[in-house]
Amino acid sequence: MKILAIDSSGLVATVALLEDEDLIAEYTVHYKKTHSQTLLPMLDQIKSMTELDLKTVDAIAVASGPGSFTGLRIGSATAKGLAQGLNKPVIEVPTLEGLAWQMYGCSALICPLMDARRDQVYTGIYAFVPARQSDDKTEKKAAPGDGVSQDYEMKCLMEGTCCLLPQVVRKLNEMGEAVVLLGDGAQVYREKLKETLTVPYTFAPAHRRLQSAAAVGALALRYAAQGKMVSCYEHKPEYFRLSQAERERQEALHHGT
Amino acid sequence: MQQEEKDILILAIESSCDETAASVVRNGREILSNVIASQIDLHTLYGGVVPEIASRKHIEKINQVIGQAVSQAGVTLRDVDAIAVTYGPGLVGALLVGVSAAKALAFALDKPLVGVHHIEGHICANYLQYPDLEPPFMSLVVSGGHSHLVIVRDYGEYEAIGRTRDDAAGEAFDKVARAIGLGYPGGPKIDKLVAKEGNPDAIAFPRASVGGSVYDFSFSGLKSAVLNYLNEYSMKGIEVNRADVAASFQKAVTDVLVAHGIQGAKDYGFHKLALAGGVASNTALRKAMKEACEREGIEFYYPAPILCTDNAAMIGSAGYYEFQKGVRSGWDLNAVPNLKLGER
Repeated sequence: MKILAIDSSGLVATVALLEDEDLIAEYTVHYKKTHSQTLLPMLDQIKSMTELDLKTVDAIAVASGPGSFTGLRIGSATAKGLAQGLNKPVIEVPTLEGLAWQMYGCSALICPLMDARRDQVYTGIYAFVPARQSDDKTEKKAAPGDGVSQDYEMKCLMEGTCCLLPQVVRKLNEMGEAVVLLGDGAQVYREKLKETLTVPYTFAPAHRRLQSAAAVGALALRYAAQGKMVSCYEHKPEYFRLSQAERERQEALHHGT
Repeated sequence: MQQEEKDILILAIESSCDETAASVVRNGREILSNVIASQIDLHTLYGGVVPEIASRKHIEKINQVIGQAVSQAGVTLRDVDAIAVTYGPGLVGALLVGVSAAKALAFALDKPLVGVHHIEGHICANYLQYPDLEPPFMSLVVSGGHSHLVIVRDYGEYEAIGRTRDDAAGEAFDKVARAIGLGYPGGPKIDKLVAKEGNPDAIAFPRASVGGSVYDFSFSGLKSAVLNYLNEYSMKGIEVNRADVAASFQKAVTDVLVAHGIQGAKDYGFHKLALAGGVASNTALRKAMKEACEREGIEFYYPAPILCTDNAAMIGSAGYYEFQKGVRSGWDLNAVPNLKLGER
């Protein structure tokens, strides 16, 4: 299965081409140019460098939110346009899951943090748990070939949400386990996290810190296997937040003014 | 044997404000489909267009609208020769949805992409209404976001000789409508109320002229005059005649628009004047401009209301002429919220 993956939900613009277990190409740029100017030229580069015939693409994967409202829409509109033009489905990969998937197999908790401004973060807590272990559990001396094949599933321990930083810190402290922090929020709130966390923590290194379309695509392959695909008509971003006008209107209605 | 020239089909996409629209246009003149998903009910709750809500609606609707435009035209996406899209001016978040979708679609289908100026689209609505209309002519573009007096020298060649210094004409309509309790959108509501009952000569509101270009407009002074008038009466506890206020305000706007339009056409020696933009469907403006043009021996053109409001067919017409001139946009095409007419 060939998948084109896109993530423009945050600071980076990232696109990737995957075929089954192989990453054919990934192009990630963390620079000031707007995503609307970079995303498609990047995809065009991948297309020409890998001599990609777009008609052979089976699905378009996209980071479906949360993230910057405009960034999400650039990614979604691009994914939807590609899907409509190629007549292929869209695979929606929640941005936080795409981030967490980069730490596949990690035994610590994974906590992606995306800066949502106004002292808030988009965040969730994830853990990789063994999905199935090879049947043979009899005690043996380790010999070549005795290694146990291990497949992991990503379990969600705290649903993706938009909350104040102290709320997720409290949750992590309650859970009492080591945690890997990633996402642009981990950078923005680095000092606050250091001051308030009571559990062992580490910040993901540069190559795992921000969004990666390769991770979005790799996770999308699993979704595709589970039949989790939508049409270009159905897909829309998940913002995790109302627009300011809607929020203010709801508050006004709530206060009976 | 004479070879018949191949038809050119343009798929056009427009999302600069609060309408998600797509259309298929043949040879720049013939509308094969013109699909418009309006969000007006949504924004009425807030008394005006909320950019973030508009953008969210666009992304939900854009592919349906494109799909409908293609199927109603009886063609497939593969049949179109190029994809045209509005890339400015307008609300940046709203524009970006159409621009990103159009780019991806063109990329996926391996079709040329043509970025179109929104105002150019409004002017080209006249080409759809009048198959025989050809440049050069003078055009007056008036809408919620724009008030321009434009010389159309040739297809795709424009020179704006007058523009608003502050509020657009349609914006003034919206603000006055809100002040007299008519709600959003102001233009059609004032038009309706006035047509029924108002006296346009009841109140003498100012007709502003501005220094500099004689063709420039200013509507904020007029808007303030109306607000002051309303305020004054409410302080005195006297109820105003809303219809008279609306009619007198509308008269003040149309007087200025007509005067500048006619002046421009006469000064530059044009015998054709084309109205365009959302406010071009205002009954009083059409009537006054028609009468003035008849007096001056100028041929008057104005599109049907469905082509005055934001739509993609007009972008398809403009896109066709740009396409024929060899204009192609790159994959880095961006939304330009304050794009000037005649710039790329």
